[in-house]
Amino acid sequence: MSGTDDIVSALQNGFGAGFLKLQNTKDEFPTCWISGDCIIEVLSFLKNTVDRPFKMLHDLSAIDEQARNYRGGQPDSRFTIVYTLLSFERNSFIRLKVPLISEKPSVKTATNIWSSANWYEREVYDMFGVHFDGHPYLKRILMPESWKGHPLQKCHPARATEMGPFQLPEDKQEEEQALLQFKPEEWGLDQVSGDDELMFLNLGPQHPGTHGVLRLVLQLDGEHIVNVVPDIGFHHRGAEKMAERQSWHTYIPYTDRVEYLGGVMNNFPYVMAVEKLAGIEVPPRAQVIRIMMSELFRISSHLVWYGTFAQDLGMMTPVFLTFYDREKIFDIVSAVCGDRMHPNWFRIGGVTQDLPKGWDTMIRDFLDYFPKQLKLYDKMVMKNSLFKARTVGIGVYTTEEAIDWGITGPGLRATGFEWDFRKKQPYSGFENFEFDIPTGENGDCYDRAWVRVEEMRQSLRIIEQCLKNMPEGDYKSSHPVTTPPRKEKTMYDIETLINHFLNVTWGPVIPPNEAIFGVEATKGYNSYYLISDGSTTSYRTRIRTPSFPHLQFVPYISRGYTIPDLMAILGSVDYVLSDVDR
Amino acid sequence: MNPIWAHILTLVLVLLVMVTIAAGLIYVERRMLAVWQDRLGPNRVGPFGLLQVMADMIKIFFKEDWIPKFADKRVFVLAPMIVMISILMTFAVIPFTPLISVVNLNIGLLFFLAMSSLGAYSIVLAGWASNNKYSLLGAIRGSAQMLSYEVFMGLSLMGVVVMAGSFNLHDIVMAQNKVWYFIPQIVGFVVFFIAGIAETHRLPFDIPEAESELVAGYHSEYSGMKFGMFFVGEYLGITLISALIVTLYFGGWRGPHFLPPVIWFLIKMFVFILIFILMRASLPRPRYDQLMSYGWKILLPLSLLNLLITGACVLYFK
Repeated sequence: MSGTDDIVSALQNGFGAGFLKLQNTKDEFPTCWISGDCIIEVLSFLKNTVDRPFKMLHDLSAIDEQARNYRGGQPDSRFTIVYTLLSFERNSFIRLKVPLISEKPSVKTATNIWSSANWYEREVYDMFGVHFDGHPYLKRILMPESWKGHPLQKCHPARATEMGPFQLPEDKQEEEQALLQFKPEEWGLDQVSGDDELMFLNLGPQHPGTHGVLRLVLQLDGEHIVNVVPDIGFHHRGAEKMAERQSWHTYIPYTDRVEYLGGVMNNFPYVMAVEKLAGIEVPPRAQVIRIMMSELFRISSHLVWYGTFAQDLGMMTPVFLTFYDREKIFDIVSAVCGDRMHPNWFRIGGVTQDLPKGWDTMIRDFLDYFPKQLKLYDKMVMKNSLFKARTVGIGVYTTEEAIDWGITGPGLRATGFEWDFRKKQPYSGFENFEFDIPTGENGDCYDRAWVRVEEMRQSLRIIEQCLKNMPEGDYKSSHPVTTPPRKEKTMYDIETLINHFLNVTWGPVIPPNEAIFGVEATKGYNSYYLISDGSTTSYRTRIRTPSFPHLQFVPYISRGYTIPDLMAILGSVDYVLSDVDR
Repeated sequence: MNPIWAHILTLVLVLLVMVTIAAGLIYVERRMLAVWQDRLGPNRVGPFGLLQVMADMIKIFFKEDWIPKFADKRVFVLAPMIVMISILMTFAVIPFTPLISVVNLNIGLLFFLAMSSLGAYSIVLAGWASNNKYSLLGAIRGSAQMLSYEVFMGLSLMGVVVMAGSFNLHDIVMAQNKVWYFIPQIVGFVVFFIAGIAETHRLPFDIPEAESELVAGYHSEYSGMKFGMFFVGEYLGITLISALIVTLYFGGWRGPHFLPPVIWFLIKMFVFILIFILMRASLPRPRYDQLMSYGWKILLPLSLLNLLITGACVLYFK
């Protein structure tokens, strides 16, 4: 990444002793170790003072360093807080690490600098037990209030079998139930506003409008929303913890399920991050196959959104039609991959298999069929005046607000900001494709919908180019870490046989280092931050999903609207709960 | 035959036929929606799935009829009855043919308006008695919607009354011997139709029970046959509004002589029922305040204007 050297020297000069070390990483992000004493000053310097500033807090997470073998000269640390910032003007990231060595690790909160830091810091507190001084509402976010320990600490068991049998005696049950009692003050909600007594409405976790196990506590004045407090974590499966016990290879199927509508789109950033760590060059055919499959999944995911969004607004029919079209995509996906929603199709170094015979006719048929359907939906949904009345001018936000809250993907583009990582930081050969970035103007529900609909058209264009220009050649790299390795020479050559045996049984060993890789996923920017400690499993896997900040944004954009508007806003934000909770 | 027996026979017949049609509509609706949505719909029970209604009915009769502990029991039980009774009563004044009608009431139209106003109580009471916030919100929306749409509904009908010079539905049909009223009363017809959808709270005016917002609105807590009464009540409402549209604007039983009058009546009625279903298949749901402002700002002036012009014309041509 160019254009960030000046930043490193500016930090070195400006903060002197606070700047501890510059670390080299495989992703070539400038990675600066900063002392906890001055991290807030550094962050606000990078956001506000510096030329071409880092406006977005892309990610905030932590690493438990206590079980590391290879630190490679990094400053001493028990828990490391990792801030990843993004500058749009520079088109580059910067990573800041704060080492915490005390028994009761704590660091100052960044919530005053970025609104989006709120949930991220709560997550770090929940998962690692790191305290954030000055945080307005530091409570567990994913785990239940009664949970003992902090799951992502290395000392916390990863398997249920390590924890002893689960028991629920009566007193414990009552204790747990008492914790679930709704007390508005614990949620930071007032009972009255002026002279009016407010009503609290519990929406979810089982509710037709929340698209999954999301609980929202609404504070209502009549039907007007005074405040919304999301309660997440019902879909938490510990995907990041699982990564620490699966081999690099066997973790791929778990990524499929992180954002369960995206299918192979989730494999994409993960395998690319591993490839970056291992230094694998992916053959061009594999690259194009990956692009084609992931764009198919983009359409499929947007179709689910399209139908359910219309349904949230009371339209009954589109959801059946879009799901029918989605089946057509799944026909192609299952012909190519052998499975539908979670094909687990990408591999470290390529894809599982070559495309089957006749894949091109299937794709061509779909390319002929689908544009007509999109036109039909335009007529039915997007041009419907009632639909417009429900979505235009609802849930409006500006580009600045979106960036402050960490919004990426269609939600950001709907505000009129043309930012698509496929164009700005092309990966897997996206620079060779011609497509446009649709943008909205007003940042309301309608524009967000419009951007997604246009994106489907652009995805079709990309798929068409894949079809016309599919390169010949290997679908998998011949790099030794490619898993499972190519089979041709295995039975003739002892080296490759050993390699094959080890990679499949133990799993590949990735050299110690760290790398992040992100893609423009269906919902926004999805990145995997992997740290290898030189073993067959990842030391730390951080999954930055777009839905997490997007859902955090919902209360901010729904205050003052009514319950039906909230449904429109929730639908237009297009989150997936598995993507929020991981 | 003894006229009293003939009367009772008509009454029982009308009641049975209407309830059967309403129950049958469950099948019709599911099947038609399926056709419009590229699916098959119920097609397993009996030929073409026709016996699905029976299956549904058996299921709903034998379901546990549970009254929540926190509900106001008496009102909770009363609410679904009101909707059934008020709608079924209205069928009494509808002339299906010159001969088949339960009563020939000279204030038939007013009777219908009175009964449909009573119907609003069912929603309010159901929502209130359920003691559930979703039900309450649904009830608040429902009562506001029904009360305001009652106004335009009444006003829109006045055009017909002015033209026919009578509140008697029988007379209104007779008065349509030259031209069906939907031609001179097109505005009144449209307003009545819209108000009718609101009155039956069907999509796009189903905001009292908007499922993506309020789960099931005012009948969230209902189960078993009490829910069934709301359910069938909705279909009865559709049938009633369709029957009224036919009576008031489409010449009732009138039609070429190769078919008997009752068949003409039923055919016309089914056309409107299908339009109701088609609306459900195709439209999104407006927001509550949009619906209200649409009513008061557009439908009310429109129906007043319609009444004014109709009155002026009637006076002028007399």
